Amino acid sequence: MVTSLIRRMIQAAFVIFAMTLIVFIGINVIGNPVDILINPDLNQAERALVIKHLGLDQPLWSQYLSFIKGLMQGDFGDSFVYKRPALEVILERLPATLELALCAMVIAIVVGLPLGLYAGLYPERISSRLIMTGSILGFSLPTFWVGLMFILLFAVQLGWLPSNGRGETAMLFGTPWSFLTSDGISHLLLPALNLALFKTSLILRLTRAGVQEVIMQDFVKFARAKGLSQSRIILVHILKNLMIPVVTIIGLEFGSLIAFSVVTESIYGWPGMGKLIIDSINLLDRPVIVAYLMMMVILFVTLNFIIDICYTLLDPRVRLEGKG
Amino acid sequence: MDAKLADTTGVDNPASLADAPPPRKIGPAIIRFLSSPTALIGTIGLSAVIFVAIFAPLLSPQNPYDLMQLDILDSRLAPGSESFAGVPYYLGTDGQGRDILSGIMYGLRTSLIVGIASALVAAVIGTTAGLLAAYSGGRIETLTMRLVDLQLSFPTILMALMILAILGNGVTNVVIAIIIAEWATYARTARGTALVEREKEFIEAARCLRIPGYRILLRHLLPNCLAPIIVIATMQVARAIGLEATLSFLGLGASVTQPSLGMLISNGYQYLLSGLYWISFFPGIALLITIVSINLVGDRLRDVLNPRNAR
Repeated sequence: MVTSLIRRMIQAAFVIFAMTLIVFIGINVIGNPVDILINPDLNQAERALVIKHLGLDQPLWSQYLSFIKGLMQGDFGDSFVYKRPALEVILERLPATLELALCAMVIAIVVGLPLGLYAGLYPERISSRLIMTGSILGFSLPTFWVGLMFILLFAVQLGWLPSNGRGETAMLFGTPWSFLTSDGISHLLLPALNLALFKTSLILRLTRAGVQEVIMQDFVKFARAKGLSQSRIILVHILKNLMIPVVTIIGLEFGSLIAFSVVTESIYGWPGMGKLIIDSINLLDRPVIVAYLMMMVILFVTLNFIIDICYTLLDPRVRLEGKG
Repeated sequence: MDAKLADTTGVDNPASLADAPPPRKIGPAIIRFLSSPTALIGTIGLSAVIFVAIFAPLLSPQNPYDLMQLDILDSRLAPGSESFAGVPYYLGTDGQGRDILSGIMYGLRTSLIVGIASALVAAVIGTTAGLLAAYSGGRIETLTMRLVDLQLSFPTILMALMILAILGNGVTNVVIAIIIAEWATYARTARGTALVEREKEFIEAARCLRIPGYRILLRHLLPNCLAPIIVIATMQVARAIGLEATLSFLGLGASVTQPSLGMLISNGYQYLLSGLYWISFFPGIALLITIVSINLVGDRLRDVLNPRNAR
C-alpha cells in the first residue's frame, strides 16, 4: 500500500514536471515571447533593455529554472492587462467557477441519478425510452448552442431569468457567493443548468447501466425471494452497489466541469476563471495563460491521484495488483 | 480507468470489441445495420448533410463569401422575407445581409472538412502508435501508453485550449489542436485490440514464415483491429465537429471570411438579446442534425460490428 502510494506520488510529480516543460517550451520556443511582451514601437536599444530586464537574453535552461522557481513560489509574473500578479487575478475568480461547477454537479446528480434508476428498473416503459433518447440528445447537443437557446427562451422570450453576470452576491468566508441571495440564484440557474446538461446524461446512463448489471445478481434475487419490499431492495441493495462507479465518475468529472466552464462562463458573462482564460488568450496575456494552465495541470494531477488512492482503498483487486 | 468507466455507460464502448475477430460478411451486415430505424434516420441525415456540403455552390441561393452579392440593406431580415431585389431569404439574413441558408451550406463544408480531416489524421497517428506499442512491447509500449494515460487524464477542451494558447488562433491550429487532443483515444483502443490479436495463431504463423514486421502489422494485425477503430473514428468526427464549433464560438477558431457553423452561431450571439433568434438558431440546428446523425450511425455501427451481438 505504502509502496504503491509512493510510486503514485512520484508519477504525479513527474507528470507535473513534464507539463511545466511542455508549457514552457510551447510558450517560449514555439511562440516568440519577445513579440508578445514588447511594445513594437520601441527602438532597438530600448528593446534590448526590456529583453534584459525580462531575462529573455539568458539561455533557455536558466530561463526555465527561474520559471520553475517562480512556479514554486506561486509567482507567474504580473498580468499585462490587470497589472497585478497573475495568480492573484486567477485565484480571485476561482470561487465563482467553483460555485458554478458545484451547482452543476448537484443538478446533474439530483436529476441524473433518479432518472437513471428509473430507466434501469423499468427499461421497457415508454417513459424510460424517452429518458434514454433525451440522454442521447444531452450528449449530442453542442453545449454552447443550448446555452444560447436557454438565453433566447428564458431570458429573451419569457423574461424569467437574467442571462449575464453573477447578480447580487453575499460574503461568506471572505469571498462573494451568488447562491446566498435570491438575485444571485436567479443568475446562477441558467449557467448551472447549461453546464450540468452533459454530466446529467452521463450520470443517467451510468446509473442505468449499473442498475441493469446489479439487478441480475444473485443477492438481489435473494432479497426478492426473502420478500423484502421493492423500495428496500432499490434503496439499500441496488443503490449501495451503484455508488462506487457513480462516486468515481463524480470525482473524475468535477475536474472536467471546471474545464468546460470555459464555454458556459463565456456565454453567460460569468466572471470566473474560464472567462478569464478566454479573454487572456485573445489579449495574449501570457502570465495569466501560463498560470491558468499550470493550475489546471496541478488540479487534474491531484484529482487523479486522489481517485487512484480511493480506488486502491475501495477495490481489493487493485490493491492486489499493486503488490504483484 | 477512464475506459473502464466509459464501458459501463454504454456510450463509448469500443474496447469490448476486442474480444473476437469482426464478422466477415459485408452484405448481411449492411442489412442488419439498416434494420434499425434510428440508424436509418442517421444514415439519411448524414447523407443529406454530406450532399448539401459537397454541392453547396450549386444549391445555395447566394455565395456568402462573395461580398459583391451581399447587400447591407438586406441585413437582419427575418426568415421568409424577401431581398430588395425580390429573392426570398428562407431562413433570414445576418448582420452583414448574408443569407443564413447559404451561410449554413458553406459553413457545413468548413465544419465537415475540419471534423473529418482531424479525425482521420488522429486515427492514423493514434492507430499507428497503438499498434506499434502492442506489437513491439517493452519500453516503447510503456512510454507510449504513459503518454496516452497522461493525455486522457485531461479533458479535451483543456488540451485544445493549451495548444491554441501556444500556437495562436486559426482554423489550421484548431485542426492541430483536435488531432493532438484526440489521438490518444485511438492509440488506447488500437493497442487494446492488437494485444488480443497478437496472441492468435495467424500472427504466430506469419512470424514463423519470417514475414517482415511492417508487413505483419499492416496486412495481418491492422485489418483485424479495424472494426473498433472505425467505430471510434465515426464518433470522433462528431466530437471534432462539436469541438471545432465550440472553439470557433469562443473566438479561437475559424476566420470570419470562411465561417464554420460555430462561427455562424457566434455571429448571432450579439443579436440574441434583441430577439433576432434565427442568426444563431438555424446554424445550431444544422450542427445538431450533423452531430446526431453521425452519432446514430456510429452507435449502430458499434452494435453491428460487435461480434458479441452477432446472431
